[in-house]
Amino acid sequence: MSETYHVETIETVETPETFAFTAENRKRAEAVIAKYPAGRQRSAVMPLLDLAQRQAGWLSRDAMDCVAGMLGMPPIKVYEVATFYTMYNLKPVGRLHVQICTNISCWLRGAPEIVRAAKDVLGVAFGETTADGAATLSEVECLGACANAPVMQVNDDLYEDLTYDTAKAVLEALLKGEAPPFGSQTGRRGSCPCKGATTLKELAGEHAAAESAPAPKAKTAKSAKAGKETS
Amino acid sequence: MPKLTIDGLEVEVPAGTSVLQAAEELGIEIPRFCYHPRLPVAANCRMCLVEIEKVPKPVASCAQPVGEGMVVKTNSPAALQARKNVMELLLINHPLDCPICDQGGECDLQDQAVAYGKDKGRYIEEKRAVTEKYLGPLIKTAMTRCIHCTRCVRFLTEIAGVPELGMVNRGEHAEITTYVERALTSELSGNIVDLCPVGALTSKPYAFTARPWELKKTESIDVLDAVGSNIRIDTRGNQVMRVLPRLHEDVNEEWLGDKSRAAIDGLAKRRLDTPYVRRDGQLRPATWAEAFAAIEAGLSGLKGAEIAAIAGDLADAESMFALKLLMQALGSPNLDCRQDGAALDPKVSASWRFNTGIAGIEQADALLIVGSNPRIEAPVLNARIRKRVLKGGFKVATVGVKTDLTYAAQHLGDGVEAFQAVVDGENPFFDVLKTAERPMIVLGMGALARADGARILGAARHLAEKAGLVKDGWNGFNVLHTAAARVGGLEIGFVPGKGGLDTRGILKAAAAGKVKAVWLLGADQLPTNPLDSAFVIYQGHHGDVGAQVADVILPGAAYTEKDGTYVNTEGRVQRAQRAVFPPGEAREDWKILRAASEVLGHVLPFDSLDALRDALAAAVPAFATPDAAAPGAWGDFGEAGALDAALGPLGSAVSNYYMTDPISRASPTMAACTLEIIEAGNARTGTHG
Ligand code: SF4
Ligand code: FES
Ligand code: FES
Repeated sequence: MSETYHVETIETVETPETFAFTAENRKRAEAVIAKYPAGRQRSAVMPLLDLAQRQAGWLSRDAMDCVAGMLGMPPIKVYEVATFYTMYNLKPVGRLHVQICTNISCWLRGAPEIVRAAKDVLGVAFGETTADGAATLSEVECLGACANAPVMQVNDDLYEDLTYDTAKAVLEALLKGEAPPFGSQTGRRGSCPCKGATTLKELAGEHAAAESAPAPKAKTAKSAKAGKETS
Repeated sequence: MPKLTIDGLEVEVPAGTSVLQAAEELGIEIPRFCYHPRLPVAANCRMCLVEIEKVPKPVASCAQPVGEGMVVKTNSPAALQARKNVMELLLINHPLDCPICDQGGECDLQDQAVAYGKDKGRYIEEKRAVTEKYLGPLIKTAMTRCIHCTRCVRFLTEIAGVPELGMVNRGEHAEITTYVERALTSELSGNIVDLCPVGALTSKPYAFTARPWELKKTESIDVLDAVGSNIRIDTRGNQVMRVLPRLHEDVNEEWLGDKSRAAIDGLAKRRLDTPYVRRDGQLRPATWAEAFAAIEAGLSGLKGAEIAAIAGDLADAESMFALKLLMQALGSPNLDCRQDGAALDPKVSASWRFNTGIAGIEQADALLIVGSNPRIEAPVLNARIRKRVLKGGFKVATVGVKTDLTYAAQHLGDGVEAFQAVVDGENPFFDVLKTAERPMIVLGMGALARADGARILGAARHLAEKAGLVKDGWNGFNVLHTAAARVGGLEIGFVPGKGGLDTRGILKAAAAGKVKAVWLLGADQLPTNPLDSAFVIYQGHHGDVGAQVADVILPGAAYTEKDGTYVNTEGRVQRAQRAVFPPGEAREDWKILRAASEVLGHVLPFDSLDALRDALAAAVPAFATPDAAAPGAWGDFGEAGALDAALGPLGSAVSNYYMTDPISRASPTMAACTLEIIEAGNARTGTHG
């Protein structure tokens, strides 16, 4: 048998300040809760945690307790949810939360290069935040955009079809406060094969003709819709 | 009902039964870790895999409902191989530390690894280790051993109703934790030690003290509340090492309260292990002969009416019966087994029993709790109420100080006015009771031990009759006792005889010098100042309140040290068995009384426990049929009259669950629970007092 162990510990960060929803967010939270039938308020736990995270940047235990209180849930059940999903940050993160997928599809398509680019630009390792608090780098599992691998997520936006150079460019622009277009960085659309459509070409052609908007727009629409659903 | 074939045997079971349960019907055992018949199904360990014909992959039998015509193979090569693989996966991160693990020798994982595992592991990579968690004074953790079956989480969430454990993170990083590193606050938390199939959760007080195969196991009855939970006392030499629950579907199912489980270290502390006689104002060790001589001298010349006896909460029925006969022989009518002065009517058996029965709670459809907090007075019984609540269609209301009972209950008010309103039909809950098919009321000692207890009892009877709580085939009138001895004492008639005094009367008369000698049979729960000038004989096992005022101390046996009969709150007669011998000079209580009777010149008519039990059964037929519980006979009981709101809110008779009797008061573990659970909780919420 193996002689070595890696030790699993739960890291909790002490928060000096207490959490409370702002009046505006409280209204939003109440609107979310109202979507669920009486007695099923617990279903609102994920959107409420998300809202709390958007407000504070991360989820302190106090924020989780606050959500538990609003939903009449035992706090431990909220901790279970919050620790299960990697989208919830249980430690403070930088202004930019850079999450790079190293799961199999992205890895096969060059994720290590993207990791290298991020480390070069930010100068930190996974799990670390830059000294100025500008960015936190995280390694994550599948971001659900495998077809456009390799993929990096920064805050709410996905940057796809990356290379070392494009990843670097995106990050540098973001650090400067610019807003580089998100979505596929090669302009690929509809997740078609990278060398162009091989089947249903006619349909693809029709589709492309019908849609005159530039490539990244499709992504903007999708992202905006997803955003609306969660907040 | 679907019919299926398991290992070539046909079986017909109700739809919805799982394949695992159907196999059990046939006596075929399928290994399992996460499945537990009393917990919701989680199906996360995969140990119960079986092969089902026409299904391409092995199936988790605990979560697979039976289907018509299913053909199941539990020991085909494919099923065995699947289990072997699961076992190998489970052992990847499980440490091979059985020699230093308290679960060793009674570990499901160990046993099943032998039965279904491979002879060696192939895993050579890094293992995972998990930091220990703090769960309070009762539960020790070794979380590296956890196999994430979530039995502990499901128990606390579903059965105990105090969801404080959870599984955080996921996959390789999953951990069982409270997250906040605080003691569990459930009174039933110790049960997760029994449920944990591995050595991740073990008993803290018992840690590293014994191996299961060294222990002698004695089946007995718990006396630290009035539920009469069935227990197994594990001993080594003359020491009680641990107490575990024993299955009794009608009483405790397979659960046990934390006090009953962990107060046993109090059995070795503050013990009275030799007789004492007070000389020159000082209690001094004495011989039995000297003690008896002192009693003879103390009682000589006293008239019967000047002598009294009070039985405490842990007394066994045999010794109460013997003491009653002795008092009768001495001509004393002054005896009582209600040391708290509870206004229980000794004449009508229905007035003091939990007539519905503990299992009967599951049939009820409405419940009113008055002056009781079953969560701390009888945690196991409270779990039964919660079980009924979870099934739905059950309305619960309480009158008394508001507390968290672990289930939703409508709070009708703190004081007797609220109760009176229900009795008078002014509170809508009266109609709930009235229209329910099987309504019940639970009256606690918090109501009956008050000065207006007899009137509360009368009002409750009135309500029972008016709202139809008692009808053909249903008796919904219940008294929840807190003392294990109480119902036995009432059955025996350890109550004032003709013209005799009850506890309050005895104390008053003793203070006035009219009662000159009092025999306390383990009575520690009463004000002792009035006894200062009386001649007090204390017969019991702990140097607690009663022993301090004694003039003669007769060292008796604790419940683990004698064969004794106890009657639980339902009226169920159960026999406790001796697991160890009493310490030093201490003796079984009936023997002490038999010996004393000889010295006092009134020899009791039995020389053996069997003869005593025969005499008891002849006098009180209920004692002839152990383990039967039936509702008592209905009658006229309680007093009429206004309830006294000035006496304040109706509380519980128990203020600190962990310390209710001489044994738990002497227990260091219970002291730790008081500090780390109750006081820490008070400090957190700022609700002192
Ligand atoms: S601690 Fe024990 S009971 Fe709880 S999940 Fe782990 S193995 Fe199961
Ligand atoms: S594997 Fe990277 S997004 Fe799915
Ligand atoms: S017992 Fe069936 S999956 Fe655990």
